[in-house]
Amino acid sequence: MKVNLEIQRFNPETDTAPHFKTYEVVVDPTDRVLDALMDIKRNTDGSLAFRRSCAHGVCGSDAMVINGTEALACKTLIQDVTTEEGATIRIEPARHMKVQRDLMVEQEGFFQNFRSVKPFFIPDDSKQKPEKEYAQSIEERAQFDDPTKCILCGACYSACPVLDKNPNFIGPAAIVQASRFVFDSRDSGLGARLEILDQPDGVWACENHFECTRVCPREIKVTKMINFTKRAIKQYRDERGEQVNDGGAQA
Amino acid sequence: MIKHEYDAVIVGAGGSGLYAALEASKTARTAVVSKLFPSRSHTGAAQGGIGAALGNVEEDKPEWHAFDTVKGGDYLVDQQAAKILAEDAVRAVYDLENRGLPFSRTDEGKIAQRRFGGHTHHFGEGPVHRSCYAADRTGHMILQTLYQQCIKNDVSFFDEFQAMDVIMDGNRVAGIVALELATGEIHLFRSKAVLFATGGFGRMFKITSNAYANTGDGPALLARAGIPLMDMEFYQFHPTGIKGMGILITEGVRGEGGILRNRSGERFMETYAPTLLDLAPRDMVSRAIMTEIAAGRGVRGDRKIDDYVMLDATHLGKETVYSKIPDIADFCKTYLAIDPAEKPMPVQPTAHYAMGGIPTTIDGVVTTGTVTYDGLYAVGECACVSVHGANRLGTNSLVDLVVFGRRAGMHIADYVKGASMPSLPEGAEEAAVKKIERLHDGSKGPHVGPFYTRMQEAMMAKVGVYRNERPMTEAVDLIRTLRDEFRAVRSEDTNKAFNSDVLGILELENLLDLSLVTAASALNRKESRGAHSREDYPERDDAGWLKHTLASLDGQDVKIDYKDVDTSIWEPKPRTY
Ligand SMILES: Cc1cc2nc3c(=O)[nH]c(=O)nc-3n(C[C@H](O)[C@H](O)[C@H](O)COP(=O)(O)OP(=O)(O)OC[C@H]3O[C@@H](n4cnc5c(N)ncnc54)[C@H](O)[C@@H]3O)c2cc1C
Ligand code: SF4
Ligand code: FES
Repeated sequence: MKVNLEIQRFNPETDTAPHFKTYEVVVDPTDRVLDALMDIKRNTDGSLAFRRSCAHGVCGSDAMVINGTEALACKTLIQDVTTEEGATIRIEPARHMKVQRDLMVEQEGFFQNFRSVKPFFIPDDSKQKPEKEYAQSIEERAQFDDPTKCILCGACYSACPVLDKNPNFIGPAAIVQASRFVFDSRDSGLGARLEILDQPDGVWACENHFECTRVCPREIKVTKMINFTKRAIKQYRDERGEQVNDGGAQA
Repeated sequence: MIKHEYDAVIVGAGGSGLYAALEASKTARTAVVSKLFPSRSHTGAAQGGIGAALGNVEEDKPEWHAFDTVKGGDYLVDQQAAKILAEDAVRAVYDLENRGLPFSRTDEGKIAQRRFGGHTHHFGEGPVHRSCYAADRTGHMILQTLYQQCIKNDVSFFDEFQAMDVIMDGNRVAGIVALELATGEIHLFRSKAVLFATGGFGRMFKITSNAYANTGDGPALLARAGIPLMDMEFYQFHPTGIKGMGILITEGVRGEGGILRNRSGERFMETYAPTLLDLAPRDMVSRAIMTEIAAGRGVRGDRKIDDYVMLDATHLGKETVYSKIPDIADFCKTYLAIDPAEKPMPVQPTAHYAMGGIPTTIDGVVTTGTVTYDGLYAVGECACVSVHGANRLGTNSLVDLVVFGRRAGMHIADYVKGASMPSLPEGAEEAAVKKIERLHDGSKGPHVGPFYTRMQEAMMAKVGVYRNERPMTEAVDLIRTLRDEFRAVRSEDTNKAFNSDVLGILELENLLDLSLVTAASALNRKESRGAHSREDYPERDDAGWLKHTLASLDGQDVKIDYKDVDTSIWEPKPRTY
């Protein structure tokens, strides 16, 4: 079938504002949107810029806005968007990140937020390292399974309404990445992560819009993990007779 | 042009590059240069597991693991290297766990292990639980864990820099030339040591489990610099890729009990590998599938090479499917609209893994056996130690990454202490600069699309699972033609910054070069061994061919030489399962 891809183009070196360019492509309904983009790039217009690598939803390169919703181009089939001959599919870059070129966006801020939560294993230094593996039960492992799936695609960051008004919010993905350790029975780094998480622009900025959960291509229960993290922080502070630093938001 | 100076430059941020970086950066000034943001590397796609004889589920020994590796590789494996792989795997897996890797667990809270193709107890008596896994996301967890450790240890990254050229001063490395995506600038890295960890090159084939980025840049640019590549004819076709798309369905599905069936529902592996059945090594299972298809027993029954068979996991139950292979269930739902707990999966062989690559010592130093290149290293899928020989066993690549990544990193740290900073030859970056200028010379060339299609279709059909003299000769001729025509390709994007067109053209050049080396090496080897299966020479011929191929690219020619195989532990025997 034939569909039209209406793609937002922007070249900061020559354009003053973004514009849309439409490409007609022949596709199978079961093709990925990424297949259509690759077809354009390789056979029609080599100047079209977007990121991609794995082509099956595991590397996180190609989060974009497809017909108004954040999605990975490689995990969205044409038939998921339209089954109508001649239909138009609108493709825009992810939001809340500066456009570098066409569908490529600047991710440095997003990754900076990710790095800031100390997204690495922090063992309890007072305990001896095991000779073999740390013991962990199947149930303990299940506690943090969901956030281990995150591929840092930024779809949640793009969809989050809080970031519309507060660009300083560290964003859903950074919290998901922190929660992967907070709920790991082997980790004891919550205290070390609080300086970023327990801040008005940390976990407390989340207003439970659930947009992140809706768009996450890994089907992570993002909002739930954020709320669990809030609870763990509250409990940590309570145990020490301290207040959370939510800037009064949760009072 | 921008200049940098480091003790060590690591090109590639997959599992192997990151591990080497962690080790080297402990004492050496190290930069990691990667064309992808590190967490986007294809190590993240690995599913089924990492092999190590932990014995958490049943008795196991590194010695059995080493033997399986050698036999699985059809005796083209260097045996002392396989011994190191199997022995050090145990330490490596505990090390990853201790760095936080979230392995799945046994009832006793230990690292969970599953069965995998070709991995046996007591030297082939029956399958063994050796593959340590984190559901079907083992590679993702390894990549995440190693990247997390790099963040913790403040490793320096140059993200989205694509290496174009290596700078050699005789047989000593002096640095690399890289192109930065964000600016289009050429960067010159002067360095005492350079390690290539650029991953696989499955994109030379039409149906592949490999990422778009898997274009073999490291091996290709070294080949152009005159360094021979080893055993390039040995390319693995994984038996179970999603029909038409090539997306991998892990062997872990069969490890958990999944069964391959032909159009009449027969478990055809009973005929081909009576002991290991569906868990026979990959080369055998892929051949079995292609034989079924050729006999009209594929699902369509039309005997065409793109026919397929079924992988049945319906008897495993929802519980096992959703907990042990959740991503597979997700891929099937997304791309096939089926639930593998309810319906079998349509599968066909998919180009998966390069056994061959840049020849190295057990410490990652690039060597032909007679010439050693000082300061030049390679690890991971782009390297060839060789621990995989003529056919890699599942779970052994992830082991390879961490075991040899670590060894190379340590060797680099040591080497740079005693080495002086090399001087850069005059005009070191000139070839790269000219190449980019030519792509921007204003003339109009052909689109890259047809090059990809022609190369990938020819390689799939003529240098695939089964091979023959004539088709391979045709493939070699076609690739030569494409390499000629390629010279007319120009960047359609006239911008400098964020010009992904130029990067893609450089990748195509690499794939064309490696396709030529692969096809020519395959044409040269007149026997069948492991993944290299010739219908015109169906037998393994140890007297004539128990040797590694060394192939050097010389214009449109490929010059062939050989290197001995280390068979110091086990005598080569016929390979039955
Ligand atoms: C779908 C799939 C599943 C697999 N499952 C398993 C499994 O279960 N067990 C197992 O053992 N093996 C498995 N494998 C094989 C294994 O995952 C790979 O062989 C391995 O991960 C490769 O790692 P690497 O470090 O060599 O390269 P990669 O992880 O591919 O990384 C390559 C790196 O090099 C960089 N790079 C490439 N070219 C350039 C350049 N020109 N300049 C700068 N940087 C560059 C990239 O940016 C990237 O960072 C699987 C493979 C696939 C495709
Ligand atoms: S939480 Fe989901 S949407 Fe957000 S970055 Fe991770 S994978 Fe992407
Ligand atoms: S290309 Fe990797 S997630 Fe889409």
